Amino acid sequence: MTALVHARALTKRYGDTLALDAVDLQIDDGECVGLLGPNGAGKTTFLSLVEGLRHPTSGSVELFGGDPRSSSSRLRLGSTPQATALPESLKVGEVIDYVGAHFPRRAPRDAIIEEFGLGAFVDKQCGSLSGGQQRRVSVALAFVGDPELVLLDEPTTGLDVDARRALWAAVRARHAAGCAIVVTSHHLEEIEQLAERVVVIDGGRVRADDTVSAVVAGVSRRRLTVAGVGAAQLSRLDPSATVTEDADGTATAVVADSDALVRALVASGIAFHDLSVRGATLEEAFLTITKGAH
Amino acid sequence: MSTLGLTLVHTKYNLLETLRVPIAVIGTVVFPTLAFCLFVLPQRMVTSDPGFATQAVASMVVFAYMSAGLFSIGLDLAEQRSKPWAPYLRTLPGSPAARIGGILLATLVAATVAMVPLLIVGGLFTSATAPLPQLLAAIGLVILTAIPSALIGFVIGTTAGPKAAIAITQVAMFLLAFGGGLFLPPVLFPDWLDLASKFLPIRQAREIVVAAALGDAIPLWAVLGIIAWTAVLGTLAVVLYRRDEGRRYR
Repeated sequence: MTALVHARALTKRYGDTLALDAVDLQIDDGECVGLLGPNGAGKTTFLSLVEGLRHPTSGSVELFGGDPRSSSSRLRLGSTPQATALPESLKVGEVIDYVGAHFPRRAPRDAIIEEFGLGAFVDKQCGSLSGGQQRRVSVALAFVGDPELVLLDEPTTGLDVDARRALWAAVRARHAAGCAIVVTSHHLEEIEQLAERVVVIDGGRVRADDTVSAVVAGVSRRRLTVAGVGAAQLSRLDPSATVTEDADGTATAVVADSDALVRALVASGIAFHDLSVRGATLEEAFLTITKGAH
Repeated sequence: MSTLGLTLVHTKYNLLETLRVPIAVIGTVVFPTLAFCLFVLPQRMVTSDPGFATQAVASMVVFAYMSAGLFSIGLDLAEQRSKPWAPYLRTLPGSPAARIGGILLATLVAATVAMVPLLIVGGLFTSATAPLPQLLAAIGLVILTAIPSALIGFVIGTTAGPKAAIAITQVAMFLLAFGGGLFLPPVLFPDWLDLASKFLPIRQAREIVVAAALGDAIPLWAVLGIIAWTAVLGTLAVVLYRRDEGRRYR
């Protein structure tokens, strides 16, 4: 197996902020890796170091065995601009040609247009496209140079369900054809759909690096809200829970085992009311994991 | 693709982007001619003397290239760097020289287009005159000597944010144009200002272009000065480009 990306003790500081803290990570040929973490966790910083946009503060990162800041290391790398970044006055086809001109082994323009469903607006200026159309163009640009590794930063933000599924299908097809993919997201569903391996990043550190199912089980949390019970009482019933209390007396607990907490609540004889339980969002789940780590 | 080929690709799309915003084209093309009509044409003493008139036209052409370099490059680059497309282009393979070169070439093309109406107005309404070989030499030299201005624009655009770049560019343009003898001919300068002015790349560009247009000998100090400026600013531009990490969060 060849390492496409190899980070060793990779650290990036912005002034006082530690964005990445001694990250060791290796991404191999043909893998599909999800980088999962809340906003500000360090995902985008990691990608920008792999793309050669920034210098590491300390540690190192190799791309195809070379320095990402030298342009020859990036010949087989594909990445996406942010959706709003396309040059407004250029047409979609022109942007594809513009980006393609940088690569020695570019994919035929028509194949890219077909694959990502850009046919309907290929002759329109980027500024006149909808947000979803711009997203599709942005993701398509990552594949223009016939890459062996593609970095997708929040690829489907702002897309409706159908467009999201279509884009996932296109990316999966590329992965099946042998292209390694790194996708960042703070949506668990997106990671589940695309990735085989998940790396959870928070506070600039790797918190978990495992298969999708293992990580999903690890971060899966339930959110329980109830009135008539104090936050302190809830904490006593489940010390691992993250508990907050609103001004109106409603307490919220994010827990790993909500069933156990409900049973304990009933057994305690406290006169609670308005109990509800739902799946916690990834953001909420991360807060509990991070709490456990400290 | 070779670096030269990629440079032309960048030039092409830079020009396309400019052309699709018609008001920007009009601004670049009309501004120098308009300035010439307002400031030079009313001065009968200048326009009726072939030597003075030729100097005035040559100075205004130098001004056209200088303002294109400072404004198109400085402001555009500062603006682009604040958007995520510029960092994205940096993630693509290919030499950084291709992108810098593409921006430079596109600006020189735009300034060359702006020179045409200026030469026509100067030729028709003043007694400015230059035989064809001298005219062609002057045009060639004005393009070459515009490179330091373009590089100054590049340095401003790479170091300043969009709002700061506007202020810096305006101050720089005024100081360079005045200090370079483009607004007032240097013969009117006091000695100390004349000496200081000779160290400015714009003054050096003006002397070279004016001498070529008049068929005089080109002063050696101006040639050496502008080569030194080009080397220093070129090195600075490449260093800044390599060090640039864009905005902190993209």
